[in-house]
Parts: sequence; structure tokens; C-alpha cells
Amino acid sequence: MKFLRDQVDKIKPTFSEGGKLSFLHSTFDALETFLFVPNHTTKNGTHIKDGVDLKKTMFLVVIALIPALLFGMWNIGHLQSLALTGEDGDLFGNFWVGLLQILPIIIVSYGVGLGIEMAFAQFKGHPVNEGFLVTGLLIPMVMPADIPLWMVGLATAFAVVIGKEVFGGTGMNFLNPALTARMFLYIGHTPDMSGEECWVPIPEGMAAVDGYSGATSLGNMATASAAGKPWSDDLLFGGSIMDSVIGTVPGSIAETSVIAILIGAAILIGAGVGSWKIMLSTVLGGLFMGWIMNVSADGNVWTDVPAWYHLAIGGFMFGAVFMTTDPVSAAQTDRGKWIYGFLIGVLTVLIRVFNPGYPEGIMMAILFMNVFAPLIDYYVVQSNIKMRLNRVKV
Amino acid sequence: MDDSKEQNFLRGCLLFSQSHTFAAKFIKHFMGKNVKIKHGMDISLEGVAEKNVIIANAPVTYAVKPKDFKGLLPKMKVKVGDKVKAGECLFTDKKNDQICFTSPVSGTVEEVLRGDRRAILEVVVKADEAQESASFDVSDYQNKSGDEVKAVMLSAGVWPFIVQRPYGVLADTDIAPKAIHVSGFDSAPLAADLYVTLNGEEENLKVGFEVLRKLTEGDVHLNLHSNFDSSIYSKVEGVIRNTFSGPHPSGLVGVQINKIDPINKGDIVWTIKPQHVAFIGRLFTQGNLDLSQTIVVAGSEVSMPAYYSTKLGANLHSVLNNNISSENVRVISGNVLTGTKVNNDGFLGFFDNGISVIPEGDEYELLGWLVPSYARPTLSSTLPISKFFKKKFKANTNPHGEERAYVVTGQYEKVMPMDIMPQQLIKSVMTKDLELMENLGIYEVIEEDFALCEFVCTSKINVQEILSEGLALMEEES
Repeated sequence: MKFLRDQVDKIKPTFSEGGKLSFLHSTFDALETFLFVPNHTTKNGTHIKDGVDLKKTMFLVVIALIPALLFGMWNIGHLQSLALTGEDGDLFGNFWVGLLQILPIIIVSYGVGLGIEMAFAQFKGHPVNEGFLVTGLLIPMVMPADIPLWMVGLATAFAVVIGKEVFGGTGMNFLNPALTARMFLYIGHTPDMSGEECWVPIPEGMAAVDGYSGATSLGNMATASAAGKPWSDDLLFGGSIMDSVIGTVPGSIAETSVIAILIGAAILIGAGVGSWKIMLSTVLGGLFMGWIMNVSADGNVWTDVPAWYHLAIGGFMFGAVFMTTDPVSAAQTDRGKWIYGFLIGVLTVLIRVFNPGYPEGIMMAILFMNVFAPLIDYYVVQSNIKMRLNRVKV
Repeated sequence: MDDSKEQNFLRGCLLFSQSHTFAAKFIKHFMGKNVKIKHGMDISLEGVAEKNVIIANAPVTYAVKPKDFKGLLPKMKVKVGDKVKAGECLFTDKKNDQICFTSPVSGTVEEVLRGDRRAILEVVVKADEAQESASFDVSDYQNKSGDEVKAVMLSAGVWPFIVQRPYGVLADTDIAPKAIHVSGFDSAPLAADLYVTLNGEEENLKVGFEVLRKLTEGDVHLNLHSNFDSSIYSKVEGVIRNTFSGPHPSGLVGVQINKIDPINKGDIVWTIKPQHVAFIGRLFTQGNLDLSQTIVVAGSEVSMPAYYSTKLGANLHSVLNNNISSENVRVISGNVLTGTKVNNDGFLGFFDNGISVIPEGDEYELLGWLVPSYARPTLSSTLPISKFFKKKFKANTNPHGEERAYVVTGQYEKVMPMDIMPQQLIKSVMTKDLELMENLGIYEVIEEDFALCEFVCTSKINVQEILSEGLALMEEES
């Protein structure tokens, strides 16, 4: 440790003010504090502080994302093998295919995002915030595997600059940055973000076997609904809801496996980093709206699908666990969190059922509620104020 | 039932219900409340004091520090070289000349230490061998009026022990407060066990509370903890005893006020610590100022953590000399959450009855955010070993991370038992929104009430400092 510290101290002046590379000060500072917790001490306040900091918190979220990411990598290889040969490949081979496909996306996302963050930090003279460690991984995880890399770069830049920095950087943004990136691409490049082809990359010069369809369950259901067909389990990819629970279905890179996502949820809740209130209320909201649809069923695919299926198909669980719980863009009061989550669940199902053009609802629902979160908080705060005013009268 | 019977019956019901509500009020009035504090945390640190009292060498110098009083502008009444007796005025409050800050001992004024912009930091008195005290007329104090005891308290220098809320400032001499609250225990990390420090003070406490009762037409609340021995208060009469249970900050008087009888806009409430009530009791029993007190000296870097018998304003050399076990330490007058950093040969703060000595944390820690090299106190389950396995911590002054913008939410609420929205209140101060600050209850809190929030803050924000700005702003506007 001493040796490493000496080396850092030796090159530090080069990056400090007046040094040759002082324009890289923020970048150096970010790397230095990554390597070493600074030797600062407390001033003007509590003399001791809790062992937790934002680096540790963000790192925990990254850990929680890993199971879903690893499963997503394997799943891409698995689906590609099914598409090309009609048979499943071996575990390692599947994983390797997925890794090669996804790693460049992650590198582009981190590279572009961190580059912009560091430039802003240097320009505005503040330290680089750890928030992007999570955002930079979330962005690839909600992309289709076959996404062109330039789109990933563009979307990341958009999310960081327009979604975050113009509002004052981490902690000030009102939209979830990763979903902002996804929304940007979804609106600007819809064919690359939905349909049958984008989820599973088919190498050039090769073709899928006959009878293979890469359509997602939600896609199938939308088509069936438009054709006036009734609901049946055959509409699900793989023919059973269990495929969606395990995650061996097409979808955005890491959104498919409910099991892997629940492992992440357990990590987030166990570490106290993600709000279980939001996760639970989102699930309850989805179930509630699904149940309402079921009891008012009119023979349509969307109203007849069992309520809990909504949780397993599409990106519902991924959104409920990793996206709704972004503390900056979610409601910040305790009671507000319950309302916020519940409405996201309700809206997700509503969008799925009533929006013919767009089968998935969770992204829209979260972004929509991001906008309304401050309003929810406003009313919760008002109730506290009213309580205090009433006390005077009594 | 005929008419008259019915009337009698109804009258009976009415009488019963009236007597019932009267009884309820009566019971409520004298029984006090039972309050369970759920949101909070005890921080257990190494170096808890042994419960024996060591008689410290009498220090040579004593000091009164104007900075211990919020917003005080001192007006000097003595010069360097002047002789003073214990209880004689050193300086007064520029805004209210009645409020005297007196010398704890008899001796010679040795130094008036000034800091930035000539602000007075310390008025140091070198003690004489033979102690002399100014005497005060306390004869027949039982029959004295509120104004009469007030005059004695002001001239003897025990008035400044009273803290006034809102804002936590010196008590206004022209006002009778809505209530006076005394927290009968201290729940802060390494805090003194008052059963030890106030042992033998039963009679002084009784007299002290008797005097306090003359200062308000409202109630005097004595707030106790179900786990702490409160036999020292056995002789105290005429107060409402409320019982608290649960972790720190249950011992903070601000939390107790919020649970018992919250401060609304326009209310004035006074608070005072029990050791200071004992000083007042002593003054009215003996007729002179005697600020002898037992203090706790604790912390992982203290060789002999124990209780020491000394005096208010004492130079710490007498208790810390040869009593600190390592080189690079921070000496704190008060506790690790709200105390003031002092030098090894600095002086005990006016309101403090304890010294904490902990290691400084000015060392780099390789990947410390990822794999901590030693256990540290935490509320967060992201450090499972620290949270679930370690019992006592050797905490240092490293903040374990850098300041960041607010990201995490719901964290302050876990350690804030008052019905106040902590993060929203702090944000309203940051945006200097006076109306919102008022609406969110800034009148009810002072800095110490937010110390735990500051401790647990993931973004390492200096919450107490921000709140302090808000309180100053509110006071300025009012």
C-alpha cells in the first residue's frame, strides 16, 4: 500500500492546479479516490461519521445487477443457438457469444458516459459523482442485444447531458437517466428497439431456421389482440409462463429473468440500498390493475391474461427492482414511495392493455411517474405541514 | 322512565363524564407520558468510563468561552490582571447587560484570547490557592418571587445555563416560558452516566427544580429513561416525570419536547441540563457559586477512562496529562456527535460534562470504500460485519468518503424520532425558503437534534452546519 501511495503522491502535482495535466484534475481525483479513501478528517460537525459512502452504495447496486447481467449474456447465446440450429448450445459457448455481444455495448456506455461526466466535473470544478457507475451499466442492460454501438453512444450522451447535467448533475435530475437513454432510442429508432429481430443477433450470412420467431410474448399478444384472437398460453414465448420466470425468452439484455432479478432485489433490500417499499408497491399496483382487468374481462387477450403473468413477462420486474428505486428520480418521502410505486404498477398494466401501438408499459410508466414524483412528495410534505398547523389550533 | 328520573340520569351521566375527563386530565398532568423512541441508534464506542470517581488535581487555570453561547457578543467587565472572586462578572451580553458570565474560581484574569476579527475566544482566570466566593442573598428563597430568584441567577452567572428554544440561544430575561424541560439522562455515545456524576446531589437537585418552577407558570418536565437509574431525582417535587425508552436520541431534550408538548410558532420553551440544575440548587443552598462537577473522560485513546471530579471551565491538562495513550488524537469537549474540538491543554466547555478522546483519521485507506480495513460504526447494512458482528468501535475522525449531492433518501428518517421531515427541512434551508422552514418545524429543532442525521448521511453533508445557517436566518428575520 505504501508503495502505491508513494507513486500516487509522486504524480499528483502533475494533475493539480498549475501542473502540466491540470485539465485532467477531476479525472485524476476520481481515480485517486477510487484507489484510496482520502485522508480528510471531519470539521465543524459530528466528529465521527458512518462507514458508508456513495461509492459503497453505488457499488452495491452494481453487484445487485450482476446476476441479471450474467444471465442475459448466457440467454443471448442460448437464443442465438436456438435460432440458428434449432437446438441449445453448451453453457460456456452460449455465455461466450453473449459476452462478445454485450461487452462492447458496456464499454461504449461507460466510455461515453464517464467521459462526459469527467469533462463536466472538470469544467464545473466539482468531483466526479459515482452515480454513473450504475447508470453506465443500466443503459446496456435495457438495450436489445443487436443494437448498433453508435446508437448506444448517442443515447448515453443524450441521457447524461440532457437527462442529467443540464439540471445540475447527479442528485438534481428528475428523470431516470438509463430510461431516458432507452426512451431516446425508442422514439428515434423504433425499428432497432422493438419487433422480432432486434433481440437476438443473427451473424451476417446466416439465417434463422424455419419456424423460428424472435417475437416476444408481449409482441405476440399485441398481434393476437389486433387480430381479435382469444388469450391462450401459446402466445407466450416458449408456450409456458415458466420460461418467462426463468428468463429463457427474448427481450432487452438483462430484463428477461425474474429469478436473476429477484436475486438482485434481495441484495438491494438486504443491503438497505433499494427501497423495498417502492418495489413491493409497484408489484402490488401491477397485480391490482391486472386483477381489475381480469374481473372486467371481455374476451380480449389483454384483459384475460392472468394478473400475475404481467409481472413475469416483459420488463416489469427489471423496472420494478432497478429502475423505480433510483432514489433521485423516485418519490423521496416514505408515504410518497408507496403511492409512487403503486401508480407505476397500475400504469404499466394500463399501458399494456390499452395502448395498441406499444406493447411494453413499464418504461413509459416509470418516466411518467418520475415527472409526478415531486408532486406526490409535495402533498406528503403538505400533510406534515397541516399536522403542525392543526396542533396550534387544538 | 319518567321525566325527572330521566333528568337525574342524564345529570348523573354528565357529572360522571365531567369527573372522568377531569380525572383523565389530572392523571395526565401528574403522571407524565411514556414514550417509546423507535427511530434512532446507539453508537457504542471503545473506551467506556469505569464508574469510579477520581479526584483530579486542581487545575491552575479556568476559562469561560463566549463561543459556547450561540449568538453572544460579549462585553468585557474585567481587564487582564484584575482580581476576581468566584461568581464575579467577567463579561456580560452586549444585548442584555443583566446577563453575567462569571468566574468559576477566584483568582487573577490571566488572558483574554482573541481570534479572527478580534472576537473573544477565551477569558482565562488563574486560580488563587485560597478560594473566595462572592456571596448572594438567597435567604428564604422558598418565598422569593420568580423575578427575585431570576435576579440572583443573573448576577451569579447561572442564568446562561438555560437554553431557549426556538434557536437554542440565551434565555430572554423578560419572558416566562411555556414550559421548562430537563432531560434527566444522556444517551449520546460515551456520555456520562448522570447517576455517577450527580451522586450525592439529591438535595441540590430538589432545590434547583424548586427554583426553576418559579420561572414559569407552565410545567417543569423531568424526562427519564426506563433503563437508567433515576434515584438521584427521588427528592425532586412538583415536576412532571415523563419516561422514555429506546436508543439515542431519546436523551435529547428536543426530541423529548417534540413528544411531550411540541413547540408551536410563537412558543418559547427553556431547557437546562440536570447538572446545571444542581448548580442552581447549590447556589440557593449555600449562597455562593460552586461549579464543582464530576465529568466523564472516555474514548479509545484515554489510558484511564473514568469519572473525574473537577470544576466547570477547568483546564483539561489536569485530567488528560499522562492519560492519553497515543499521539495523533482529537480531544473533544462534549460527545463525538455534538462536541467541540479542543487542545489537550484547552478548557472544558460551559455546557459539557464530558471529554471524548478518539484517534484522528488522517490516513489514506487503500480501497477503503470497498474493503474497509477496520470495523467502523454504521447504520448501513452495506457493511454487514460492522453492523451485525462488532459490538464496540474504535471510531476515528475520517469521514469515510467525500461530500456528494443528495442521492440516498429515507436515511435521516431512520434516526429522526421527531415528527419532522428531516431531509425536506434541510433542503428548505439550502434554498433559504423561510416560509417552508417555518412550516416544516424549524422552531422545534436545534443543531444537536440533527447530529445523528449528519452521522448517517451517505453524502457526507454537514447537516448541523446547514441547520445552523437556517436558524440564524430565521432569528434574523423574526
